[in-house]
Amino acid sequence: MAVLLFVVVRAGSGTAVSFVPSRGGPLGADPGHLPYYAVRSLLRMFAALALSLLFALVYAYAAAHSRRLERVLIPLLDVLQSVPVLAFLTVAVSGFAALLPGSTLGLECASVFAIFTSQAWNMAFAFHHSIIRTPRELDELSRDLGFTRWMRFWRIELPGGAIPLVWNAMMSFGGGWFFLVASEMVTVRNGGRALPGVGAYAGRAIAAGSLRDVGWAIATMAVMVVGVNFLFWRPLVAWAERFKVEQSEAPEVQRSLVLDLLRRARWPRMLARALAPVGEAAGRAGRVFGRDGRSFGASRRRRRAGDAAFATVVVVAVGWGAVDLVRYLDDRTGLGVFGEPLLLGLATLARVVVLIAVATLVWVPIGVRIGLSPRLTRVAQPAVQVLASFPANFLFPLATWFFVRTGLPLNLGGILLMALGAQWYILFNAIAGAMAVPTDLREAMDDLGLRGWRRWRRLIAPAVFPAYVTGAVTASGGAWNASIVSEIVAFGGTTLTATGLGAYVAHAAEAGDHPRLFAGVTVMALYVVGMNRLLWRRLYRLAERRYSL
Amino acid sequence: MTDELLTARGLTRSFAGADGELPVLSGIDLTVREGEIVALLGRSGSGKSTLLRCLAGLIPPTEGSVAYRGEVLTGANPGTAMVFQTFALLPWLTVQQNVEVGLEARGMRAARRRAAASQAIDLIGLDGFESAYPKELSGGMRQRVGFARALVVEPDVLLMDEPFSALDVLTAENLRGELLELWESGEFPTRAIVLVTHNLEEAVLMADRIVVLGARSGAPRAGEGGVPQAGFGGALRAEYAVPLERPRDRDAPGFAALIDRIYRTMTGRGDDGPGPLPPLGLEPAAGNGGPAAPRRTLAGTPLPPASVDGLSGLAEILLQHDGRLDIAELADELALEIDDLLPLVDALELLGFGAVDGGGIALTGAGRRFSGAHVQESKRLFAEAALRVPLVGTITTSLAKAADRTLRAGFFRDLLAHHYTSEQVARQMEIAIDWGRYAELYAYDADHTEFRLASDTPGAPAAV
Repeated sequence: MAVLLFVVVRAGSGTAVSFVPSRGGPLGADPGHLPYYAVRSLLRMFAALALSLLFALVYAYAAAHSRRLERVLIPLLDVLQSVPVLAFLTVAVSGFAALLPGSTLGLECASVFAIFTSQAWNMAFAFHHSIIRTPRELDELSRDLGFTRWMRFWRIELPGGAIPLVWNAMMSFGGGWFFLVASEMVTVRNGGRALPGVGAYAGRAIAAGSLRDVGWAIATMAVMVVGVNFLFWRPLVAWAERFKVEQSEAPEVQRSLVLDLLRRARWPRMLARALAPVGEAAGRAGRVFGRDGRSFGASRRRRRAGDAAFATVVVVAVGWGAVDLVRYLDDRTGLGVFGEPLLLGLATLARVVVLIAVATLVWVPIGVRIGLSPRLTRVAQPAVQVLASFPANFLFPLATWFFVRTGLPLNLGGILLMALGAQWYILFNAIAGAMAVPTDLREAMDDLGLRGWRRWRRLIAPAVFPAYVTGAVTASGGAWNASIVSEIVAFGGTTLTATGLGAYVAHAAEAGDHPRLFAGVTVMALYVVGMNRLLWRRLYRLAERRYSL
Repeated sequence: MTDELLTARGLTRSFAGADGELPVLSGIDLTVREGEIVALLGRSGSGKSTLLRCLAGLIPPTEGSVAYRGEVLTGANPGTAMVFQTFALLPWLTVQQNVEVGLEARGMRAARRRAAASQAIDLIGLDGFESAYPKELSGGMRQRVGFARALVVEPDVLLMDEPFSALDVLTAENLRGELLELWESGEFPTRAIVLVTHNLEEAVLMADRIVVLGARSGAPRAGEGGVPQAGFGGALRAEYAVPLERPRDRDAPGFAALIDRIYRTMTGRGDDGPGPLPPLGLEPAAGNGGPAAPRRTLAGTPLPPASVDGLSGLAEILLQHDGRLDIAELADELALEIDDLLPLVDALELLGFGAVDGGGIALTGAGRRFSGAHVQESKRLFAEAALRVPLVGTITTSLAKAADRTLRAGFFRDLLAHHYTSEQVARQMEIAIDWGRYAELYAYDADHTEFRLASDTPGAPAAV
């Protein structure tokens, strides 16, 4: 524990030291620096996680408890979720650097911000969902006994949302590595100052075309992903089991070696006892937020008037923003700027579709095979989890090297690059879906002699379908986002470019061409939302209605 | 005046329907006095749980008011605490912590809180379980935690929402007995109890006063004052004082008689219940001759929530008992509660297969034929009878008139929405689909939410 603390302090002081302008400079090529870089990268990840958690709690709470805010906040979250964040990385980096000039703190903020944007929306959605689904009797209990709002949050809402929050945070954290690497690499490409971190190290190695150093970076990354999973997420997930609402003891529980050790240790309990008065005091202070439950008094007319006023303000604000934006675009480039990205979007769309189709054909059968066998599941599931969170952009240089050697055009190879990150969601969910197939149904199929293709058609495919849809939605969203870094890749002195919306956006970002960047991002968000509305949401509903077990 | 703890005046609670508000409770006047146990009895949909929540101040009344010691409520009632059917324990807190939450909400200091909670835990017989988590406990122990949590805040009125219905029979019996002992010993920290139940025996065992809420029987009935009463809108239907000595003995002569009387009220034939049923179409039931009875309408004749299997089973049992049985006896013999049994009785009556007389139900001629027949024949008889039930009849005739003999479910849903809340509409549709499918009158396609006429001759087997 003390060692850990020391390491954190040590690495943290690095952040502070680089306040001194001259310090954030050249990045060592020595692999011996990698442990230090790893800790710096980890600090960034956890800072972003803390920030995301705070955001999710506040945002979801506000949306769940104010009918009016909910109408604005939730659609806004939907939009934010569909915006390809990677596109803004370059803008964010230069923006933050300008905001805090003369140190790496600006870059540090930009990186944390990039990771934050990849985690926060999901977590906010999950927590909001769990608050509004608070069981009726717990809501009644809280009002009946006159809980304070503070108590309701800490005793009912946060524990009730703990499991979805932890799982979502874990998944988002996995996705976050990608953004960590991407944002650190951007600082390298920008020239001059770079953030000390594993991603930056890899970025430098890529620029120098050193496969050996890329290999070292990959190994470090693997250690980090596995280590964080083992030391942080597994114990957390196992600990969160206590927040299950289910009233009986589940036969299958999440376990963690680390948590078992912690449970056996004495200091956590002593710490809890020491902190109890603090909690008491906080609870007392929290009374200022008032009691749970509305008074019957509110008149309907006044409520309607309030609604109308709120709606007017929102519509005016949004309308004004839209008009201003259109005017800006019209001034700079004309509205024709949307034409090119719309067309290029078709190319990227084709890539996404091919990717999903191929990944489905390959990974669903494999996932089902794994999921149906408890023995295979035990081995494969954690492995897939780690693979899914391993940042695919780390492997890009290897792939690029391969493309250069074989002469495979990036127009095709891009699909492979996008798949490196996205495919795992499909595999992961196929495994989960297959695990959920009830044993008695499988036995019934055995008994009836339904095998092979027929068994797939009658049992497996319908049973796995809901989970598959969940995985495919995530994979498709991830693939769109990844297109921004997959359609332009560089290794050593070579740069490969594919035709597509991702490359368009990346170019615009690199060139600082803000109207084009904006148009490209908007069009991409439109494609993502359109695909969600037209395809995934329908499949989702079908899955819920017909194929839920 | 001072011993009036809770007073409801003209309490009406409605939910939104297609034509405006549909009352779930209408015009309830109720007073809870110090020292009494009041049981609110009624079947599902009678609004008894809604009434309890109005008394707790958890649901605002649409009209009328609830007062606690003369003060009209504007929010949660400060003088009550509730015990929930599903226990409503916080699974992440220990027993001790669960019992303490009410005190914590009142801002009591930790040390005093712990002492008070320990006392309540002792009182309710939970000592030794303080550090357990709810999921480690049996159902009975969990509900004890629920009791301790409510009692520790020393409310004037303890509100109990079917507190024993999630427990097995023996556990419920034990817990009920202990609670009554506590109540009688004078150690009980509350001044009155309001108990919601659908278990008639439980009501008679525990209460000083039994208030029967007026879910109508499945049979049609006009509302008071000539206004047709839509849906199930509950009103106070009858009130009984229970004069029996405590501890009460199930074999005491007054006990069975009281149960019998209440059953009569609940099946709509009681001395103080509403008027007789209207004639049942072609097959007049015995003892039924009300001349001014209203016609059966969609609004006035909700389908009782009874499965075809259940009502056939009941008919079978009646047939084995020479066609007639006392309802109280039936309930006892089959260990069925009101919510399970009465819908079946209603269904038999609605279909003209049974006739309720006094406290019993007898099979009619049609009922005997239905029960005695083989599958296909009994299906035919069922179809014939079901056609005379408004909703099933309406669906069948509408389909026959429709161009391709197919209609969207939404069409019928809209029809029902004039008279029922959305939840009731869903339930009615479900039952109509079940009955119609069994009768082979029409088929229902869940994928396209469409009804389709099964074949041109009603009741004939159709290939679906």
